[in-house]
Amino acid sequence: MAAALPEGDPVPSDGALPSPALEGLGERGFGVYIHVPFCASRCGYCDFNTYTASELSFSAGDYVDAVLAEIKLASGILAHPVETVFFGGGTPTLLPTDQLARLLDAVRDTWGLAPGAEVTTEANPESVSPASLKALREHGFTRISLGMQSAAPGVLRILDRQHTPGRAIAAVEEARTAGFKNINLDLIYGTPGESAADFESSLELAIGSGADHVSAYSLIVEDGTRLAARIDRGEIAQPSDDVAADRYLAAEARLSAAGFEWYEVSNWARFEQARCRHNLLYWRGGDWWGFGPGAHSHVGGVRWWNVKHPRTYGQRLASGVSPGHGREILTASERRDEHVMLAMRLASGLPLDEIDVSKVEDGLLDVRGGRATLTLRGRLLADAVIRSLLT
Amino acid sequence: MIQPGATDPAAIRNFCIIAHIDHGKSTLADRMLQLTEVVDPRLMRAQYLDRMDIERERGITIKSQAVRMPWKVREGERAGSQAVLNMIDTPGHVDFTYEVSRSLAACEGAVLLVDAAQGIEAQTLANLYLALENNLTIIPVLNKIDLPAAQPDKYAEELAHLIGCEPEDCHRVSGKTGEGVPHLLDEIVRKFPPPVGEADAPARAMIFDSVYDIYRGVVTYVRVIDGRIEARDRIKMMSTGAVHELLELGVISPEPVKSKAIGVGEVGYLITGVKDVRQSRVGDTVTINSRPAKQALGGYKDPKPMVYSGLYPLDGSEYPDLREALDKLKLNDAALVYEPESSAALGFGFRCGFLGLLHLEIIRERLEREFNLDLISTAPNVVYRVLMEDGEEVVVTNPSEYPTGKVGEVYEPTVRATVLTPNDFVGAVMELCQGRRGSLRGMDYLSADRVELRYSMPLGEIIFDFFDQLKSRTKGYASLDYEPSGEQAAELVKVDILLQGEPVDAFSAIVHKDKAYQYGTTIAAKLRELIPRQQFEVPIQAAIGSRVIARETIRAIRKDVLAKCYGGDITRKRKLLEKQKEGKKRMKMVGRVEVPQEAFIAALSTSESAGDKGKK
Repeated sequence: MAAALPEGDPVPSDGALPSPALEGLGERGFGVYIHVPFCASRCGYCDFNTYTASELSFSAGDYVDAVLAEIKLASGILAHPVETVFFGGGTPTLLPTDQLARLLDAVRDTWGLAPGAEVTTEANPESVSPASLKALREHGFTRISLGMQSAAPGVLRILDRQHTPGRAIAAVEEARTAGFKNINLDLIYGTPGESAADFESSLELAIGSGADHVSAYSLIVEDGTRLAARIDRGEIAQPSDDVAADRYLAAEARLSAAGFEWYEVSNWARFEQARCRHNLLYWRGGDWWGFGPGAHSHVGGVRWWNVKHPRTYGQRLASGVSPGHGREILTASERRDEHVMLAMRLASGLPLDEIDVSKVEDGLLDVRGGRATLTLRGRLLADAVIRSLLT
Repeated sequence: MIQPGATDPAAIRNFCIIAHIDHGKSTLADRMLQLTEVVDPRLMRAQYLDRMDIERERGITIKSQAVRMPWKVREGERAGSQAVLNMIDTPGHVDFTYEVSRSLAACEGAVLLVDAAQGIEAQTLANLYLALENNLTIIPVLNKIDLPAAQPDKYAEELAHLIGCEPEDCHRVSGKTGEGVPHLLDEIVRKFPPPVGEADAPARAMIFDSVYDIYRGVVTYVRVIDGRIEARDRIKMMSTGAVHELLELGVISPEPVKSKAIGVGEVGYLITGVKDVRQSRVGDTVTINSRPAKQALGGYKDPKPMVYSGLYPLDGSEYPDLREALDKLKLNDAALVYEPESSAALGFGFRCGFLGLLHLEIIRERLEREFNLDLISTAPNVVYRVLMEDGEEVVVTNPSEYPTGKVGEVYEPTVRATVLTPNDFVGAVMELCQGRRGSLRGMDYLSADRVELRYSMPLGEIIFDFFDQLKSRTKGYASLDYEPSGEQAAELVKVDILLQGEPVDAFSAIVHKDKAYQYGTTIAAKLRELIPRQQFEVPIQAAIGSRVIARETIRAIRKDVLAKCYGGDITRKRKLLEKQKEGKKRMKMVGRVEVPQEAFIAALSTSESAGDKGKK
């Protein structure tokens, strides 16, 4: 079961955008997100919009056809070379590589990829092989993001992950061999039962793997997940924010010592070119079209999101109707709030003429060169800083 | 029926029933209504008079405050003679001692009604003493003799011991079956003295209750002592000199019956059209304007609030509604006083004075239930009299207004407390009372296994969860009554609670110096649990003046960030942020510390209850 979609205004059946939203298209960057809602099995902590084979009578081919139809619909609405493509899920690499290639080709054929475009796919370590990685690389994928989560078997078990600790590291090596330069490892910290040493060893392995990017997230217990139910029943302890804070500090210490630099509160990269340009697009208020069931899009202050279920999604497109479930046309003040909310989380921070730093408690912002950026303590209290700035 | 205004005082018996709640007063009253045939058998229903009270609450009918019942004596030497019985109700709680005393003063006799399965309770005992002080003749009655658990012999001993009669003098009745009730009515006529007064003297009638009715205005219940009041008279309130036109005069039987007049010894109601019970006060003397009495009847007292508490609307915008609600309640409650106050922590509200804890609870409940208000009330406190070294006197009704200069003596109100307990719990009760600075004034065995303990105690100690403690230490068996007994000097201090060095006015308390530490640690620990962690460490201190006596720390929050914020999270996150911004507006700021309103409510809610509740 996935988290509920926001309420919103209806989306016109042809998916049309108000013309002001299309002004300056491309000046804010333009990307494509493709949501692949399939997983081999459902992880207990996950509330994403994803389905296992047994939950779905909807083939990979049907799904790809539907996304191709949405690309066709979008092609009539906007046109601009695509700078970043991101396949997320779900587990995109559960799709046969040629199907992923069909989707990427359609994007390329419709809008063209800008020179040096970043093309990322997420993958689970157990869902890739040297051959599949090689094929992806050959089809134009430039970046791979692997869900390592932890090096501790006990933690992987609580998270219901299917891979063994060594598999993610091996997958990094295979990806490098296949020609990928940009490789991310996702880590989850603060899982109940995870020791400080567990997390240290996860970091150590991730750093030593040769990945040039690490995303580290504290475990969030989402309502309605199996993990939430197990915590409610007392089978598993509630994750502690203080422990999560300790882990975050450990991540920063280890990663920065190894030459990684934070550029967003949960993201570290070895050098500037290793940063995820697609995610930066989100955080800088850029434009992107999200394809696939439940995918979110943003173009020029209009945010919309597709219907969640793959079958409904397919039916809408088969009858020539936009799969958009709802949208919101942001007011100027909502756009400003989002700007502060997103930009403040970045290492680049915000210029002083956009915010009133006196509203923020001492020690959370580093003010220099006309900009304010989060201090290390400020990164751990980023939401509080943002609330102070916006209240 | 003998007509009101034309009844020979020798035929009149004015009496009340002193009983504890659940001891069967209402059921006994039902039997009396039936036997005296004042209620049509087809209209009879259980707890007839109580039902009228409920209706009265809704403002429909007049309270059955004093029921006039004709009775033809059935047995004995007076058999066949016609009497008029006026059964006068008494308010049922410890907070209303004065009102009880006025009701008793309207009677010549009291039926002491005790459950034959439970024995007498402290509050009943206190009212019995009050009746004896008023020179009332007592008829002891054991009720519920039909119950298998009844022990009439045992409790007859107890009652005989208490009032100095023989166990055989205790009547045995069953309100449920009616057994013994006709005999009791005969006995009321035989034993209770008739009222005595001067029929030709200027009229003097004592107000023993005064009730606001939304349709009729104030309905005043009086007992005529001397002279007579006629329907066309203009009456005068002797305490204020105010003169009112009489719109209606009558008796309750048990529905209101208009009458031409009421004379010596009679009980009736007056309606003048006034809208506020303060203009028709319990204990005041009513006379006739055209021929006024020279001297009022004794015993009139202004109601004096004993317990204060700040009442604040949860939603600050409801302040005008709270004011309006209090103004309305005041019409029917001469004892309720209030004035606006503001608290840095709680905003705008009213400091309200009450007769006691139950009175406070009743008012609070009515404000919430009838006026739909959500309220925060501060911990109740008593009134302190502070003598400064320079001789100035300051009366403190709000601890945060305790004077800061050189304090000489501090006086606190005291009460005479009576506790009845099975003798197994005497030790536990004594320990509790001593812990509350009580001093033992006497101890009596009511029977082989029931003990009456009399203490002098500060009222301030009673209003702080004493009753709950008493009940829990005696497995619910002990009962409590108390009445004001003056004041005493005591070593009292004001304890302030500070958040990050800022005093929080709502938590200031005046306590005995030996208890200051306990109060400080308790509140500080409570607040540590209730206030969410802030971006910085928040010390919570309890202090007497500048001296810190207890300290807790709310550790700074270390993590307040959602790790993930990708394309699909943005709308959800912005909406959450908007919600949090709204939430932040409802936070009360104490210095830099954000305190959720719920924390104030939870910290201020103590488990204290208000003594024996309900009516007898």
